[in-house]
Amino acid sequence: MNFWFEMKEGLFIALRALRANKIRTILTMLGIVIGITSVVLMTTAINGIDGAFQKGISALGSDVLYIDKFAWFGNVDFWEMRNRKNLIMDDYSRFKELAKLPKASAPVLRARKTLKYGENNVEGVILVGSTADFVATTNFTFELGRFFTRTEGQAARDVVVLGSEVAKNLFPRGDALDKTIKIGNHNFKVIGVLDEQGSFILGSFNPDNQVFLPIGSIFKYFLNRSRGSITINVRAQSPALVLDTKEEAIGIMRKIRGLKYDTTDDFAINQQEGLMNNYNSVVGVIQIAGLFITGLALFVGAIGIMNIMFVSVKERTKEIGLRKAIGARRRTILGQFILESSAICLFGGLVGLLLAVMLSMVIDQFLPTSVQYSAVIIAILISLITGVLAGFAPAYTAAKMDPVTALRYE
Amino acid sequence: MNIIKIEHIAKIYQLGTQEVKALADVSLKLDKNEYVAIMGPSGSGKSTLMNMLGCLDTPTSGIYEFTGKNVSEMTDNDLAKIRNQEIGFVFQTFNLLARSNALHNVELPLIYAGISAQERKERAEKALADVGLEDRIHHKPNELSGGQRQRVAIARALVTNPSIILADEPTGNLDSKTGEEIMGLFNELHEKGNTIILVTHEEYIAEHAVRIIRLRDGLVESDDVVRKRYIPIKNNLAKN
Ligand SMILES: Nc1ncnc2c1ncn2[C@@H]1O[C@H](COP(=O)(O)OP(=O)(O)OP(=O)(O)O)[C@@H](O)[C@H]1O
Ligand SMILES: [Mg+2]
Repeated sequence: MNFWFEMKEGLFIALRALRANKIRTILTMLGIVIGITSVVLMTTAINGIDGAFQKGISALGSDVLYIDKFAWFGNVDFWEMRNRKNLIMDDYSRFKELAKLPKASAPVLRARKTLKYGENNVEGVILVGSTADFVATTNFTFELGRFFTRTEGQAARDVVVLGSEVAKNLFPRGDALDKTIKIGNHNFKVIGVLDEQGSFILGSFNPDNQVFLPIGSIFKYFLNRSRGSITINVRAQSPALVLDTKEEAIGIMRKIRGLKYDTTDDFAINQQEGLMNNYNSVVGVIQIAGLFITGLALFVGAIGIMNIMFVSVKERTKEIGLRKAIGARRRTILGQFILESSAICLFGGLVGLLLAVMLSMVIDQFLPTSVQYSAVIIAILISLITGVLAGFAPAYTAAKMDPVTALRYE
Repeated sequence: MNIIKIEHIAKIYQLGTQEVKALADVSLKLDKNEYVAIMGPSGSGKSTLMNMLGCLDTPTSGIYEFTGKNVSEMTDNDLAKIRNQEIGFVFQTFNLLARSNALHNVELPLIYAGISAQERKERAEKALADVGLEDRIHHKPNELSGGQRQRVAIARALVTNPSIILADEPTGNLDSKTGEEIMGLFNELHEKGNTIILVTHEEYIAEHAVRIIRLRDGLVESDDVVRKRYIPIKNNLAKN
């Protein structure tokens, strides 16, 4: 008897049995539906977060170095870093003079203030103070207007460029250009609005949530020149030159800071890469934990199926005896019950998948996610495998039943 | 050649320390187109013997040859194949699938024989017509009378054209009138050349058979040909 014939007939018999016990079938299926839904949603959410982060981090640029007092990561003692000399504007000027490799470099100083326009206000916005060169260290594109010019920068004019999210909040109607907003108590004229750049994952470091103004204005209004330590953003000419640019920057910085050959750096050169590695290790743990927990739900569903299949085999002992008496082979009985549990799981898996797709559309409103093809295929495979595994032990008991004893069973 | 030949068959059940000899020592030979009734008191081993003959059970000791082949040397798959193609079982409790209609119940052995859906349907319909149920093929067992259910079960036993039909108290759950009708069906099958072995408690049922074997305590008490083989007038099918 050929394999496909047996599969086909076995499937018909299995479906007959499942239809005969609709409520039970549906309840059993529910376990798998929940399991598959949560596994798919979890993978989808992880993918979504991951995608958002990748996007966000690429807004930082893989070819940009950040010369800073503090290292983002690593095991340098915090107190040691705190006691370092601040990086000041003079350091930047000398750096710019000496460095030959960078495509662009710019000083950055941050402050946090509330922005106001009419009735609208946004609290705790990060003000990024820099020079006109700043824009060349980024990939910024503009929705409206432009970045501030060299003159505006040097003269510390009261002009500001808004990140897209800030602009949206202050000017819901999109008419930001040339309006005067209040930063703290000072008036600034909006000269540009950025396109959407990053992603929510970076929080307030997302350029969309920031505003950009001449560094002089920051010193003038918001921070005492002696207090803040600046960051120097350095963009390499190409990703291939990042390492050389970094080497050069280290040399120049040591020279500027007057370090002897045997002392360690009193500054840090940060890179997106470090952030990436750090993120990957964190997300790796979340991923494993998430999949483990949702996998547990699936496992419970599988146990439910196994349990029901055992009950079903027991209940149908007499039927099994009869089938054997009229010529069903062990393998045929085995196949029939495995097909039954696989059908439950496959169907449950498909329903779960559908549910996950619909739920991910809802989640998509908050966190950009989409169910991937690979997740679909994996979900179907997992449900099939679950069905086969959960069905095997019950099917095996059915297959090895002695026909006479089975027929006698009441 | 005998269709069935058993020699010194014993079936012993071990219940704890106690041995139950369901069959102590039975030897039998059966030929094609025989019509045998097995009788005996309850617990004498009739069902055990039938299960043995039907290749559902294997003896503890002794030799069983089915159409010349030694059954005890067969694999599970071989036995399933014999049950499927050479033997038609009829049970006292009918053993129909409750949720399937008559047609599907009769088709079942053909599924295991690997026969295509179309041919299955035709053969099952014919078998049902042969037992007089052509107008009941879509009825479920609970929509049929006891006699009709047993007819469905007989149709299921016949549908594979087996060499032998084994019926364990086929009329045990039926009233005497319906029982007679079922026996009429067996008589017809016998006339057509089928080999029939049935177990019964009732003398009037056994009277239909040509040969009566009586068991007691797992042994053959008597084995007699009680009447001449009936030869139909219309055509002499039974001869060949
Ligand atoms: N699975 C078993 N385990 C133990 N003993 C068994 C088993 N099956 C049958 N027996 C015993 O074997 C003996 C014969 O049983 P069997 O069913 O063949 O009797 P029977 O002649 O068909 O009786 P009845 O007319 O009541 O159907 C009985 O004593 C019974 O208790
Ligand atoms: Mg019996």
